[in-house]
Amino acid sequence: MSHVRMRGLSKSFASVRAVRELNLDIERGELLAVLGPSGCGKTTLLRMIAGFERPDAGCVVVSDEVVAGPGRMVPPEKRKVGMVFQDYALFPHLTVEGNVAFGLTTRPREERDGTTRRTLELVGLQHKATCPVYDLSGGERQRVALARALAPGPELVLLDEPFSNLDATLRGGLRREVELILRDAEATALLVTHDQEEALSLADRVAVMRDGQIVQVGPPVEVYGSPATRWAAQFVGEVNVLSGVARGTGVETELGVFDLRRPATGSVHVAVRPEQLELSTRDGGGNAEVVSREFRGHDVLYRLRHEAGKTLLVQLPSLELHEVGDTVFVRPAPAAVTALVD
Amino acid sequence: MGLRTTVLVAVLVAGPLVGLPLSFITSPGAIDQFSGFVPEAVAATFWILIGVGGGTLVLGTALAALVSFFEFPGRRWIEWVLVLPLAMPSYVFTLFALGLKVPGIRSTGGAVAIFTLVLYPYVYLLARSAFLSQSRTLIEAARGLGMSRSRAIFRVGLPLARPAILGGVALALMEALADFGTVNLLGVRTFTDAIYRVWIEAFDRDAAMQLATLLVSVTLTLLVLERLLRGRARHAQMAARGDLVPPLRLRGLPAVAAVLVPLALVALVVGAPVVQLVSWSLQSIHDDLLPVEFGASVRNSLLLSGMSAVLVPLVALLLAYGARASGSRTAATAARTATIGYGLPGSVVAVAVIVPLSWIDHRLDGAFGTGLLLTGTVIGLFYAYLVRFLALAWGAVESSLLRVPRQLDEAARGLGSDRLDVLARVHVPLLSAGLVTAALLVFVEVMKELPATLLLRPLGGDTMAIAVWQATHESLYKTAALPALMIVLVGLLPVAMMIRLSGRSGASEVEASPAAGGWVDEPEAVPA
Repeated sequence: MSHVRMRGLSKSFASVRAVRELNLDIERGELLAVLGPSGCGKTTLLRMIAGFERPDAGCVVVSDEVVAGPGRMVPPEKRKVGMVFQDYALFPHLTVEGNVAFGLTTRPREERDGTTRRTLELVGLQHKATCPVYDLSGGERQRVALARALAPGPELVLLDEPFSNLDATLRGGLRREVELILRDAEATALLVTHDQEEALSLADRVAVMRDGQIVQVGPPVEVYGSPATRWAAQFVGEVNVLSGVARGTGVETELGVFDLRRPATGSVHVAVRPEQLELSTRDGGGNAEVVSREFRGHDVLYRLRHEAGKTLLVQLPSLELHEVGDTVFVRPAPAAVTALVD
Repeated sequence: MGLRTTVLVAVLVAGPLVGLPLSFITSPGAIDQFSGFVPEAVAATFWILIGVGGGTLVLGTALAALVSFFEFPGRRWIEWVLVLPLAMPSYVFTLFALGLKVPGIRSTGGAVAIFTLVLYPYVYLLARSAFLSQSRTLIEAARGLGMSRSRAIFRVGLPLARPAILGGVALALMEALADFGTVNLLGVRTFTDAIYRVWIEAFDRDAAMQLATLLVSVTLTLLVLERLLRGRARHAQMAARGDLVPPLRLRGLPAVAAVLVPLALVALVVGAPVVQLVSWSLQSIHDDLLPVEFGASVRNSLLLSGMSAVLVPLVALLLAYGARASGSRTAATAARTATIGYGLPGSVVAVAVIVPLSWIDHRLDGAFGTGLLLTGTVIGLFYAYLVRFLALAWGAVESSLLRVPRQLDEAARGLGSDRLDVLARVHVPLLSAGLVTAALLVFVEVMKELPATLLLRPLGGDTMAIAVWQATHESLYKTAALPALMIVLVGLLPVAMMIRLSGRSGASEVEASPAAGGWVDEPEAVPA
């Protein structure tokens, strides 16, 4: 049995259907990312799990206890769900220690002090225990928010866009740090984000969400490599959608033959990632022209115009550069396995 | 529940004011017996608006520009000394001027001079904060386009601060219109004075209500103007971000003038009267010239101020919480409506609340006999203070409530706190500063309040403010001195608090930290 189960969850605000008959499971100890554009209903989903919104239909089950369902609404304070807010929502009148201990008041004093100290050590802030929270940096605030959510030993930790308020330079390091803290604590966690890089690099599984529904759930490699739909392919990274004719394990397109992840036959569309194409120059000939070049340091993204009129994205290591205006040959990279899309 | 509470408070507070114009329907022509009063009042009011408007505009803006754009010895200190006149009630300064027999003071011009001197800080404060919030990049952009520094300030700095400056002028004018003590003592026949004469000398309640309606329409115009300008001032400040405009260092004679002129001004408005009042007070104690029943008036003042300081912030809390809990637009509108009494003259509020109170008295007449249960007791006074000062308390409470983002409630709930626990462990600690501020503001304002108290006080319920007015009225300046001095000293409290809060924020101005969850450590605006 999954640790957290959501079945047929729905929620509307006025005429907007934020979440529509959504099903999702979270396994114990897992870090699941819900990835979707803003307005797709992911924050509403989070707030229904936490108990701040009452679902119109469906149920949420945590550890075999129905916390929200027909005729049943467990108040947030009784759900054992820790939440890390986008802007942290630290209590400004309390110290770091006071914030972390906030959810532990019912415990005996010794246990409370011990847990607070251990949790602060877990996030590496024991030396700031007595600081007021407004003296902290953004990254430190976030770790306090995480420690506060973890301290009472919740069944589930929810993280609402936890990195969106941080500098790009800080983000990468903190992501890793937060992941390690969550794994150390053996917490079950659900993170919502609109940043595909964040979801792919951090989570055990990614659930792609659109218009209140889950489009696809799976490990990051699968979600990226075999997108379920054209929209999912486009949202999780850059993609070329090519039409072709499938014959068993291969598909023939205008650029050549690609391997197929699952055998098929007939007229199909395939999602080809920019790094699944390569370029070559042969004595002035070619089948495409370089329209623009985006130099990104470790790699380069080319935008090409194919002779058939189609625009193609190709991503290559920055070892060898092609100039804008060059005529080049585009062809499938070796071992490029593609997936069918609608 | 939240919505109903809020709407109830709003009706309670704003209801009587809505009732004022009804007097034109219920007894048309009541005002005709006093037909001479209206043109007289309109003329006096007009000249006061023009004079005080121009005076505070020039004085307040000039002083604000001086401390914002120039650097001179003692500037940081002078910046705050210039706020001190806020602690000086205009009727106390009038007592000082009358006691010294300043020639020509008993005139509209005299009233304009007094109002300008005690009310310029409204313009000064708003203009200063507008100047300080201007970005140096804007001034530097103007200089890059070929303007000199002073031209850049004139062409860019002043226009950007214009909404704030005019907002300050509107506040000063509202105070001048609300005043009763000064105009009455100087014999300037404005609306507030006319209301008093019609009410006390002619006992004509309907005519008083109609006069009050006329005054309210002028005040409301200014109120709306001020709110509009405040919104625009915020826009102007939002557009400007970045470092402060670096002040220009003054040297030699200009520097000496920059120090001496503000100091001389404050010495005139606060220093000299306080010294004179101390001297007169000592004489009055020595010569046994204290007001009759002086002890009782001190006791009454403390009692009224103290009880209002508890009552009004509590109602404000109820109002703010109700609006927050219901979260509806109706509740927000109701809360704003309930704060309309601030800026309305005390005499208008007194006239307005008497109607519902005497109606209830009338109903209770049979049961209790006297018919004066509400109108003749402190209940009527408290009601008037509530209507008049609710906005003051609400502002302080609301600004601290705004610092408690909803997510804090949710964070606490997620950590196992129920609603009551959230209130006790999150809201009360975060609101305590706001409630104390609100209580202090109301305490001081009620202590200074003159016209509403004068019209509604129960028999034998004189306060210190009334004692000052009465004694000054009878030219017993020495007798008036001690209670006047006490009022000024109490009035210094919120001004000192405002200075302290701003001093603290001075450090955080550098790093405007949108710290944990929207908590911004900035002082609330303290209207004195």
